[in-house]
Amino acid sequence: MDGEVTTESLVEISDLTFGYDGRRTVLSGINLNIPRGKLVAIMGGSGCGKTTLLRLIGGQVRPSQGYVKVAGRVVHELDAEALYRMRRKMGMLFQFGALFTDLSVFENVAFQMREHTGLPEELIHDLVLMKLHAVGLRGAHALMPSELSGGMARRVALARAIALDPMLIMYDEPFAGLDPISLGVIGQLIRQLNDALGASSIVVTHDVHESLQIVDYIYFISEGRVIAEGTPAEIRDSSDPWVHQFVWAEVNGPVPFHYPGSAYREQLMERSGA
Amino acid sequence: MLDSVTGMLRDLGRHVIGRIARLGFAARFFLGVLWGSGTAWRRFQLTIREVFFSGIHSLIIILVSGLFVGMVLGLQGYDTLQRYGSSEALGVLVALSLVRELGPVVAGLLFASRAGSAITAEIGLMKATEQLTAMEMMAVDPVARVVAPRFWGGVISMPLLAAMFSAIGVFGGYLVGVVLIGVDEGAFWSQMQAAVDFRLDIVNGIIKSVIFGVAVSLIAVFEGYDAPPTAEGVSGATTRTVVTSSLAILALDFVLTAFMFRGL
Repeated sequence: MDGEVTTESLVEISDLTFGYDGRRTVLSGINLNIPRGKLVAIMGGSGCGKTTLLRLIGGQVRPSQGYVKVAGRVVHELDAEALYRMRRKMGMLFQFGALFTDLSVFENVAFQMREHTGLPEELIHDLVLMKLHAVGLRGAHALMPSELSGGMARRVALARAIALDPMLIMYDEPFAGLDPISLGVIGQLIRQLNDALGASSIVVTHDVHESLQIVDYIYFISEGRVIAEGTPAEIRDSSDPWVHQFVWAEVNGPVPFHYPGSAYREQLMERSGA
Repeated sequence: MLDSVTGMLRDLGRHVIGRIARLGFAARFFLGVLWGSGTAWRRFQLTIREVFFSGIHSLIIILVSGLFVGMVLGLQGYDTLQRYGSSEALGVLVALSLVRELGPVVAGLLFASRAGSAITAEIGLMKATEQLTAMEMMAVDPVARVVAPRFWGGVISMPLLAAMFSAIGVFGGYLVGVVLIGVDEGAFWSQMQAAVDFRLDIVNGIIKSVIFGVAVSLIAVFEGYDAPPTAEGVSGATTRTVVTSSLAILALDFVLTAFMFRGL
């Protein structure tokens, strides 16, 4: 499957390399595909480049090598207008919701409809309430973002992300910092919305157990490379030491507990001036 | 020794180049704001909302300060003028000081502290909490949707606030001079009307306040947009807005006064 390009893929990523300021390499030679209608998780430890990958798919940063194709078009070759047209078909859920703090819940969800469509006010009203109903927050439409709990804010952001029925929904750490009930709710919503909208979804996360229950396929990224992939069942049974350490949350394994440094004994001696 | 000298020169050069690059970025940003201003004028309610936030919310501080500045002018002016037996000219002194200088300048300084800092903090926090990135991902240009309305809101508010500052200042001078001290009321108003020229004094005062409005609003939106997305970054940007705007107002005031009233 690695690097295999099929006509069924909505997102194709080939030999993708990226480094901030052209120096520190975050991603090197990534190949992966997001098939249409599927829910795919991209997993890896903190700081492994997962969020950067989403930024590359959304065209916020340019790759230093390779390409990202969405619906058959290379993202970094699009001009500003074409890029904005493509983004209208993408929905993104940010890690902390990124709700507009000066707008109410209703206006947050209505934002894109008002900006991009000439829909009459009555229709916007009904559509927003339908989106909010889908995430169970129709009753909260008049609240301001500051009045919402973390889980509620995430759900409003989810309603906002699907406001224009996108073909691709990207989730950046949707489970971070949620209580178990909210976590389960968000997980189920991600699955249901993907299927109901006929969209394709990418979930960037390090929450193994929730993800294994809802996604169709998983890519593991470490040190900027795809190091493992498979269906949830394959991942659970994987004998790969890295995957095993990650899935079973083991302290020791291929990922070291200690940050690299000089030898312990040497450093202690230096400090004491010996 | 040579190393430390070259090091110092390198640091100095880097600092200067950094400053110039930032100035260039600010100029390009200004053009970007002007270019993206279509939305702010087409959907004027967005700009009206910002006029409310930066203008109406600054009204109390502007009015109270204007009243006190006018009252102090009344006291000080009377004290000086009566030494020369021309205390009736108090109205002229108060009105000219306010309309030409104190109205635009003090209102500008207050506007920078009250509204400019709030605009910077708001845009900076929107950036830090990824709201601007979210907007970009929704195919909405944050410069057109967030920055331009705030910029024009400030530009519209500033001359209105300066006018109100001057008006209430004149009233403060009247309260102290006429009501409290007993300067002749007729002389106070008639000399003021005779001496204050519409084109030379009032229009020049309005031009000053519009230019200060552009300067403060531009600095405020730029600092917010350029702020590092951290708590420390936003707090630093807010401070820079107040300091840079205040210095810009005072420097611009000198240049404008030189052109307007000395015919340079």
